[in-house]
Amino acid sequence: MPVRLLSGSIFFLQLTVALATSSIKVGEVDPLSGGVSQFGIGCHQGYVLAFEQINAAGGILGQKIELVTEDDQSKPGQSATAVRKLITQDKVVAILGDATSSATLESAPIAQSDKIPMITPTATNPRITDVGDFIFRVCFLDEFQGRVLARFAREKLKAQKIFTLTDVKQDYSVDLLKFFKDEFTSLGGSIIGEQSYSTGDTDFRAQLTPIRVARPDAVYVPGYYQEVALIIKQGRQIGLRMPFIGCDGWANQALIAIGGKAIDGCFFTNHFSPDDQTPVVKSFVTNYQQKYGAMPDTFSALGYDAARVLAEGIRRAGSSNSQAVRDAVSQTAGFQGVTGQISFDAKRNASKPGLIVTVKDGRFEVAEKIPP
Amino acid sequence: MDKLIEVLQQLVNGVSLGSIYALIALGYTMVYGVLRFINFAHGDIYMLGAYSGFLLAPLFAQTFKFGEFDTFTPENTLFILCGAGLVMVLSMAICAGIGVLIERIAYRPLRERPRLNVLITAIGVSLFLQNMTQYRLGADPKAFPQLIPVHVVEGLGNLTILTSQLAIIIATVILLIILRFVVMRTKLGLAMRALSLNPTACSIMGVNNDIVISFTFALGSALAAAAGILVSMDSPSINPLMGNLPGIKAFVAAVLGGIGNIPGAALGGLIIGILETFVVAIGFPQWRDGIAFAVLIVILLFKPTGILGRVEREKV
Repeated sequence: MPVRLLSGSIFFLQLTVALATSSIKVGEVDPLSGGVSQFGIGCHQGYVLAFEQINAAGGILGQKIELVTEDDQSKPGQSATAVRKLITQDKVVAILGDATSSATLESAPIAQSDKIPMITPTATNPRITDVGDFIFRVCFLDEFQGRVLARFAREKLKAQKIFTLTDVKQDYSVDLLKFFKDEFTSLGGSIIGEQSYSTGDTDFRAQLTPIRVARPDAVYVPGYYQEVALIIKQGRQIGLRMPFIGCDGWANQALIAIGGKAIDGCFFTNHFSPDDQTPVVKSFVTNYQQKYGAMPDTFSALGYDAARVLAEGIRRAGSSNSQAVRDAVSQTAGFQGVTGQISFDAKRNASKPGLIVTVKDGRFEVAEKIPP
Repeated sequence: MDKLIEVLQQLVNGVSLGSIYALIALGYTMVYGVLRFINFAHGDIYMLGAYSGFLLAPLFAQTFKFGEFDTFTPENTLFILCGAGLVMVLSMAICAGIGVLIERIAYRPLRERPRLNVLITAIGVSLFLQNMTQYRLGADPKAFPQLIPVHVVEGLGNLTILTSQLAIIIATVILLIILRFVVMRTKLGLAMRALSLNPTACSIMGVNNDIVISFTFALGSALAAAAGILVSMDSPSINPLMGNLPGIKAFVAAVLGGIGNIPGAALGGLIIGILETFVVAIGFPQWRDGIAFAVLIVILLFKPTGILGRVEREKV
């Protein structure tokens, strides 16, 4: 027995030595179970694909990248615990995540105080990169998508009068409305009415009835796909023919699965479209489909980009020292990702292009590319 | 004129929403009538009703051509209603079975224990049903298949009533008439009423209380399942937590009408539905969920027995 124990521990010793010399550890924290697990799983699949490709091509600095994954269970408090574990126990070089703004705001201060670079793929809340100089994000901010859509509605859709319908339970929705309204009125349009609803509602006819009376040119609904699909469907049923326009919270196949034909002719801002014909997107979509047997969504695309921006940073830093990696990542400029060219500004936010996506015959299609 | 139409329009919206609450509230009130306890898992039976329909519809999709008709025509109406009716009746049967099973497994062993035990068990059953559904079928919202074509009913001028809203209202009226018949004219209905008056006397007179209680659960669960299907025809997105809020609001409706009182539950449901719609219509959508609970507080303060409830003296 003592002999076996001894040989066992020697084996472990060798293993850890071997790992320490041959791999760079990158941590991940995402909601892989619970309410917003769809978001976390998307990001996770993006990271895994990116690192597999990099490792297959020989890794970075002669070493392989090893992803250490932690699940925050979509619960408040878990993201911070997971990040603390990744830093103190797993001794990761950098962290990817979290998928949602509230969870990222919770764990980012820990990464910042321990000086470990953290890149969130998808958290759009403005306050996130205010946490400190080790926190980055590869998606655009809510202000950008609110303003871009207002300009699109005014100039391309020639809308004069817009009615809005906001989800009062989501800060995301309330903030977007503010940015949209600001830009739209400054371009000479007018908001002729505002209504609101709450996450989880399924009957929107009470709000839609006054819209029918007001006859706006378009209806702005910054919200999540689950409610939006029903809003548009019920709106069409009572005879609203104008386009509904919205934000990246719409970007899920369920929008079309639930809304059906009603969604045709609507527009929303998004980070990524699998129908994009640029070579980098085409090869990403092919590889993703080969590995997972499904089309990539916005979350997997942003996850893929976040992982590659980090890997590129480590390569340019020439070492896996966290401070050096942070400095190198902050220099990222013109990086060709599947969600467009990524450059970090002084506040470590990605300044990058956005897309206006439309729905045609039950398929998402790119209507316009918006430069940063 | 426009204003009048809008008020009428919102009234129709309110009645169709209220019909759903009424159907769920009936289950609360009947179970309270015979067992004097609130079955908090009842809202989840409504959710399971929607999921039963979701799982059953593909089996009959070919035979009844679900989703292939865009409008009702005189020729296809009967055919469509047969298909939708079949899915609905089967879902009601499944949920009636589940309701009976829950009572048998979770509530019956606790019948002689303090009432608090069974109340807490009911909350446990509710959590179990929600999480089991998430585990087996996924937490993401699912698109409910189209059982009937949803479009505006022609010939009402500016008033838009959808076929799905009409279906809710008509189906509710039919179910209420059937329920009335069962409770007032059948032996089991008589036994239910006797049991709610005095369980001990009832069993002394030779009534098998267990069977009557099982029957009550079956009846209530079937009505909740019908509500689940009707709502999903109207708003075709279902998820494992969809029963939470409607369940609690229907409970408020039952209290409002006078818990234990069957016409009271139906009336309470309609009132809550209409109130909710008008609160949103006059511009306070944040209060949509709050209004039901404000009503609960007011009713408990000023008329705890509810609108149609009668004062019951505790026997010493």
